[in-house]
Amino acid sequence: MTTIAPAPPVRPLAGRWRRRVLVLLALLAALVLATLLSLTIGAKPVPLGDTWHALTGPTGTENDIVIRSLRVPRTILGVLAGIALGCAGALMQGHTRNPLADPGLLGVTQGAAFAMVASIVLLGIGDLYGYIWFGLAGALLASVGVFALGTLGGRGTARGGPTPVTLALAGTAVSAFLYALTSTIVLLDEQAMDTFRFWQAGSIAGRPTAVIGQVLPFLITGLVLALANAPGLNALSLGEDVARALGQNVARTRAVGVAAITLLTGASVAACGAVAFVGLMVPHLVRPLAGPDHRWLLPYSGLAGAALLLFADVLGRVVARPGELEVGVVLALLGAPFFVALVRRRKPVRL
Amino acid sequence: MTAVRGTRAAVRLGGASWRLRPRAITVTLLGLGALALLMALGMRLGEIEMGLGEVVSAIVSDGPAHFVVMELRLPRALTGALVGAALGLAGAITQAIARNPLASPDILGVTTGASVAVVAVMVAGGAWYGGVSGALAAVGVPVLALAGGLAGGVLVYALAWRKGLDGYRLVLVGIGVSTVFTNVKFWLLTIGDVNDASRAMTWISGSLHGRGWEQAVPVALALGALVPATLLGTRSLDALRFGDETVTALGVRTNLARGLLIVAAVLLAAVATAAAGPIAFVALAAPQIALRLAGAVQPPLLVSAVVGAVLVCAADLIARTLFAPTELPVGVVTAVLGAPYLIYLLIRARRERRT
Repeated sequence: MTTIAPAPPVRPLAGRWRRRVLVLLALLAALVLATLLSLTIGAKPVPLGDTWHALTGPTGTENDIVIRSLRVPRTILGVLAGIALGCAGALMQGHTRNPLADPGLLGVTQGAAFAMVASIVLLGIGDLYGYIWFGLAGALLASVGVFALGTLGGRGTARGGPTPVTLALAGTAVSAFLYALTSTIVLLDEQAMDTFRFWQAGSIAGRPTAVIGQVLPFLITGLVLALANAPGLNALSLGEDVARALGQNVARTRAVGVAAITLLTGASVAACGAVAFVGLMVPHLVRPLAGPDHRWLLPYSGLAGAALLLFADVLGRVVARPGELEVGVVLALLGAPFFVALVRRRKPVRL
Repeated sequence: MTAVRGTRAAVRLGGASWRLRPRAITVTLLGLGALALLMALGMRLGEIEMGLGEVVSAIVSDGPAHFVVMELRLPRALTGALVGAALGLAGAITQAIARNPLASPDILGVTTGASVAVVAVMVAGGAWYGGVSGALAAVGVPVLALAGGLAGGVLVYALAWRKGLDGYRLVLVGIGVSTVFTNVKFWLLTIGDVNDASRAMTWISGSLHGRGWEQAVPVALALGALVPATLLGTRSLDALRFGDETVTALGVRTNLARGLLIVAAVLLAAVATAAAGPIAFVALAAPQIALRLAGAVQPPLLVSAVVGAVLVCAADLIARTLFAPTELPVGVVTAVLGAPYLIYLLIRARRERRT
């Protein structure tokens, strides 16, 4: 490195750009494949030709109705929730520098779910625009609470911040607590029981179509904030002191990050209930492709998250025939072994 | 107290001897008194409200109230107390052996493993024989729960093993494995068509609703056999809190003692889970509360069992009265009370490490 290297700097940069765009296209292709599977596979298999027919020129056949009124909304919801959870997971892992961070594992989704269920059942708010604010407040409180718990009692590691273990344990405890509270409310209201079981397990089936449009503004705001947060997060990953020396406003970067996490998680919970492990798995899966640069890691995570969520949903429709397995359950079955493998790694992942 | 501490009163029986700890004995007796009161209070509740006196008189006299109390309410109260005692004892053993206040059958995959096994039996039994009852329910379910609990414990232990056992890795692996089991349970419940919501709730969060003699008896048998056995093991358990070398020098066969005690703990937790589903955090909290009440250096076994029983009975009482007439599963109440306790343990552990 000390000798001045001849020419290469320009070419690799262009090569890297091309590689990154190619990866982006590959992830998009995976998402398209997942979307097609999600549209065609289910309790009633629909051939690809009929699917195309239903999407382009519906004539009111049985398949058309299934596709247009059930499968399409469900798939769109899955894509939105997956993007939100994947990005939120990447943001959380970046901000906490903790490989085990995930909005589901750290109790943020449970916080949002609890606040929404409480506002629906106890305050009688039926409109999504009414209760999503409670969900956002719940997500914010839970994330701040978990971070506070993780940092209480001083510095965990030499580099500051909570250790992965304490944060994960604190998240588990907070999740268990909030889950029990949500169960209490749901059990008290027998009518709510059936409607809201999905809040706990996490499902994208049978949600009203209007939810898509209502969730969208929150999701887009969250995504914009997340992408705007990426350069600051890159600087922060060098340590707070270096980031400050580079001219970063650390407090503002953190605040924007927390706002983005809250919006994305709140929107995903409003869409599909408490789903864990997407945010844990996806950043680890795409990090080898994206490297440490959050400007690429975040979009990759979003696309991969959407593809993963749809694949999991399709899997849930296939394995438990004639019934269906909620997507949250499938993801937990896939994600928990992943979590164990991460914990077992000889050389812990350092972020 | 000080005088006794000087003389070290002890009970001798053949070759074995136990130290008598007056404070532990007082706590045990007080706990048993509280337990009896809580059980009686619990038996007052139901379709027909009764006074405390009526409950007691219904046990001795004949009549319609006698049937209600003896066949419906007493078994439920007893199941709660016995399950709590078994969980408290199991937690005390695992915490003493792991020398880690976070080690408990819930976290180490034993409870969840057992409940998956039981749900699998219920679902398979429902599909093939139209229901699980009779001898299969009385013997088969506890045995399968034991197998599931052992499998869960072994799995967590094996996955966490990497040239030795790190306490925190064990706990984290336990969390991961428990998540898998819990979700397998969800899956089994969806394919098994469990229409009865309260029964499903039993296997998801732990409930004493509708528990009868057929649940109380296996737990009582397990406790009857295992409490004396584990008390014989206390001598080794007391020694185990010193490092392995010291223990061996003291003449304890470390691995044998540890292995037998762990099997006992798994058995207790599994039988308790077979009876009432996974009741969260009791096995975690009871030994730690007992430790502080008795002023001991490590969880005292008998006191932990009594505290566990008191906790479950009190939680069940809360679960039934707080939002009456709706009844919550007892596991929800123990989770609401127990999770903050886990958080407190985490905060304290970090404070201690800092100093």
